[in-house]
Amino acid sequence: MIGKEYRTITDVKGPLVFLNKTEPVSYGEIVQLMLSDGSIKNGQVLDTSDDQVIVQVFEGTASVDRQTGVKFLGDVFKLPVSKGLIGRILDGAGRPRDGGPDIVADDMADIIGAAINPYSRQSPESFIQTGISAIDACTSLVRGQKLPIFSASGLPHNDIALQIARQAKLVGSDDDFVVVFCAMGITAEEYNFFVHDLERTGALENSALFVNLADDPAVERLITPRLALTAAEYLAFEHDYHVLVIYTDMTNYCESLRQIGAAREEVPGRRGYPGYMYTDLAMLYERAGLVKGKKGSITQFPILTMPGDDITHPIPDLSGYITEGQIVISRELHQKGIYPPINVLPSLSRLMNAGIGDGKTREDHKSVSDQLYAAYAQGKELRGLVAIVGEDALNERDLQLLKFADIFEDQFLRQSRDEDRSISEGTLDLAWNLLSNIDTKYLVRLDQKWIDKYHPDEKSGKEEE
Amino acid sequence: MSNENGLIYRISGPVVTAVGISPRMYEVVRVGDEGLMGEVIELHGDQSVIQVYEETSGISPGEPVIRTGQTLSVQLGPGLLTQIYDGIQRPLPKLEETMGVFITRGVDADGLDFEKEWEFKASVDKGDEISSGHVIGTVQETETIEHRVMVPPNVSGKVKSIKSGTFTIKETVCVLEDGSEIAMMQEWPVRHPRPFVQKYAPDVPLITGQRILDFLFPLAKGGTAGIPGPFGSGKTVTQQQLAKWSDAQIVVYIGCGERGNEMTEVLDEFPHLIDPNTNKPLMNRTVMIANTSNMPVAAREASVYTGITIAEYFRDMGYNVALMADSTSRWAEAMREISSRLEEMPGEEGYPAYLSSRLAEFYERAGRVQTLAGSDGSVSVIGAVSPPGGDISEPVSQGTLRIVKVFWGLDAGLARQRHFPAINWLNSYSLYPQALDQWYRDNIASDFPEVRTEISTLLQIESELQEIVQLVGSDALPIDQQLTLEVARMIREFFLQQNAFHDVDTFSDLDLQYHMAKAILTFQEEAKKAIAGGGQLEDVVNVPARTDLMRGRFEKGYAERISDLMSEMSKQIDASMEAN
Ligand SMILES: Nc1ncnc2c1ncn2[C@@H]1O[C@H](COP(=O)(O)OP(=O)(O)OP(=O)(O)O)[C@@H](O)[C@H]1O
Ligand SMILES: [Mg+2]
Repeated sequence: MIGKEYRTITDVKGPLVFLNKTEPVSYGEIVQLMLSDGSIKNGQVLDTSDDQVIVQVFEGTASVDRQTGVKFLGDVFKLPVSKGLIGRILDGAGRPRDGGPDIVADDMADIIGAAINPYSRQSPESFIQTGISAIDACTSLVRGQKLPIFSASGLPHNDIALQIARQAKLVGSDDDFVVVFCAMGITAEEYNFFVHDLERTGALENSALFVNLADDPAVERLITPRLALTAAEYLAFEHDYHVLVIYTDMTNYCESLRQIGAAREEVPGRRGYPGYMYTDLAMLYERAGLVKGKKGSITQFPILTMPGDDITHPIPDLSGYITEGQIVISRELHQKGIYPPINVLPSLSRLMNAGIGDGKTREDHKSVSDQLYAAYAQGKELRGLVAIVGEDALNERDLQLLKFADIFEDQFLRQSRDEDRSISEGTLDLAWNLLSNIDTKYLVRLDQKWIDKYHPDEKSGKEEE
Repeated sequence: MSNENGLIYRISGPVVTAVGISPRMYEVVRVGDEGLMGEVIELHGDQSVIQVYEETSGISPGEPVIRTGQTLSVQLGPGLLTQIYDGIQRPLPKLEETMGVFITRGVDADGLDFEKEWEFKASVDKGDEISSGHVIGTVQETETIEHRVMVPPNVSGKVKSIKSGTFTIKETVCVLEDGSEIAMMQEWPVRHPRPFVQKYAPDVPLITGQRILDFLFPLAKGGTAGIPGPFGSGKTVTQQQLAKWSDAQIVVYIGCGERGNEMTEVLDEFPHLIDPNTNKPLMNRTVMIANTSNMPVAAREASVYTGITIAEYFRDMGYNVALMADSTSRWAEAMREISSRLEEMPGEEGYPAYLSSRLAEFYERAGRVQTLAGSDGSVSVIGAVSPPGGDISEPVSQGTLRIVKVFWGLDAGLARQRHFPAINWLNSYSLYPQALDQWYRDNIASDFPEVRTEISTLLQIESELQEIVQLVGSDALPIDQQLTLEVARMIREFFLQQNAFHDVDTFSDLDLQYHMAKAILTFQEEAKKAIAGGGQLEDVVNVPARTDLMRGRFEKGYAERISDLMSEMSKQIDASMEAN
């Protein structure tokens, strides 16, 4: 370990330590603090000049005093990477948490990560079947996409994330996904839930976990996802893995970001979050995708809980501005007892068009999805009208749509936690069955040629002939 | 130049402070042992504050800072088209060659290829008097675009010699009597607008093929438009539609702080898309700037200037240029971030106090002008705005709306209903129709403006009627108002909705737009007659020919068939009355 030890701390403020020093320290350099009780804390340089250095301390500044020794390690934060990361559980700063040995590094990778050259990207277009109808039909996921789950406290986003992790596959390919899981400030209970599930299904051996729990240092959360993504990049782009990164909860991450901003007395942006939060989040979310000449890929499932169920809150808002769509979990559906309570109406997959259709999922997919969406949206809206004017005021078409909204929620959305529906027979055929409750003349989004081919009445009609 | 070498004193993110040099404002300097490119943005006592265009981690105080004497400039000449640059005009393919797929740092790359040879055709002769901005020759830069080589700024005189032939862009092609040498390449500082003789009022529409835009809220060539909207409402799709289908001769597309995959999409698609005006791939007329959200913010700040300078350069050749910036909010945020590192006194929501003047200066660089060479050229600017929470009362939206002449307001509600383009027809506006109406009368139809007025009036009436419907249901309305609702629904579903991802529907020329609008008005007229003659609204609305007319827009050859479909519709409506 290089570098001299300084004992020149002047100020300590929140998670920040200010010190004077003698020799130049580089921006972003890793720092060790040696406390008088012999314990060690880690940090990173946030601002450096000839006169003063500001260090952000990951483990918080409790017990730091002016006598605390500070050592600059001469390098930026790096993660030891190797294939050996798979199957391991590390803490929020990248140290083994599973009692296993240190990672034997094949390489040391800078955790900030460099931007992928936009010219070097490859467009994501391979459909990932999650086995969840709402997602597969209406907000189809493709390999290399970043698709967050917008949830709220008390909703089963973790179950959904796990179900996706368990079931995700490329149709007609046996390439498996490696899961990189990143916990930021979640409770031990939630964490155990994840680990047990991964263990139960044997997925743990195929996963790398980076874990910062609710009682772990808050500032450390700022590096945990960077470690996870660095591992993901290494596995995807050096070893051709298809990596599924699940991180939860982005809201805790953003709180830590706000805390640092406040300690630095920065001018805050909306609701006290730093003005650069968009850029900071983009530095995480944009580490998804496919690049030319590499076989692997990174698909991201960030989970965030919307404070106050408010989608315009800066955390979901800025995320939505960066990610390629969102899956929105609905409290209303959850309260109706529907799992997975995915509200398809505000949900969106922007890369869906590239991943579905003939040769990818099925030729009628787009039509079916548009029709499901339209019929459900109208049916749902009619519920509001019925509450005012009563069902009697509805015409035949409206009555059918109204009924369809219920059927859709009850049979299409609802599925069990281990039900893995295939896209063609499981999801799209089911959609046709349910849509057959509506007169075809009202199904204006469906092309006649698909009606002839897939509509159950037509199909059975033909079989009888 | 005095004291060329200084030292880093402080580093805070993208902002570096140097001591020991006294550069000029906006001078480019080289920072640190790796010589990272930066630009001086503040002078403060003996300190010079620099924004650095690359990642600064790992750099230490005490490393060198070197002056270059130059201000931030772009290289202009053949080779710009089809290229994709980062915010400071480094070609991304070049960066890939030198760094691989990840953008590391410390690599310089010229904006133009100095080795490549181009076929130059002189268009002036020995003895001609020429001055700055005059075209001295041409190069066929791409299949469709002729690059007009212009006399650089501050150069004029009598031609001593000029030769056609094959040259690199740095070789002299023309010598003046006073000895000045002219090559095909010139440079221009990005923060200064390029000169022109005078601005004209725009009076020709920029035709985009997007019905709601062209018909209801048109943009003029040389005009300005803002597209605010929450995430997922269609800003990027709209901008890409304009980049694809608008009848500009040159397109400059700036991906400013947005997604990497969206740039890839453009790169993948454009070489295969055929420009309806030239029948050649769209890529031929396109220059792209991609400084995505995860690339350095200082370069993001610069990207819009790089883009607009390139746009002005093509304007000066006499072209109609359209520039899209997606998203200007990310540019404003880059300003905010740098400003806060400078500890400047913040204005509203932390943005610097000069935000609105920067926005105004940027949009002012749009316009239709008489160029120095005496020809007519234009830059149209279309800026996306990403207001937090979709609420346009925030500073960037407000600052933009004060300047731009067209407001295409995207609406989360419409997007959620999958009504695309999700442009709200009730609160969007364009200030150009008056100036453009004569053009429509002369080129499309003498009653074009009147048809537009009828269509927009119907939409207004619909929104008033909808308020009543919410309370009592539509059955309670008198029959003529129920018809109005049907007609308005037809406007929305048949005319305003346009699927960007459908091969045919993605583009409608103005003639077709006019005929579609006429078809709606014809339906209204016929239906009124039929109902007055005892027909049932339900029957009139459900005549199969109307469905055919509406669905027909998804089929090739619609423009040729629409009149027939229309008369068939009229016939059937007539018949439906008689059936009663
Ligand atoms: N004209 C259109 N036709 C069909 N679909 C559209 C159209 N406009 C938008 N969409 C749909 O809306 C989605 C979101 O559009 P887009 O990416 O342009 O939003 P945006 O406003 O740029 O969002 P962000 O601010 O997050 O970048 C698209 O992926 C597409 O599915
Ligand atoms: Mg966009």
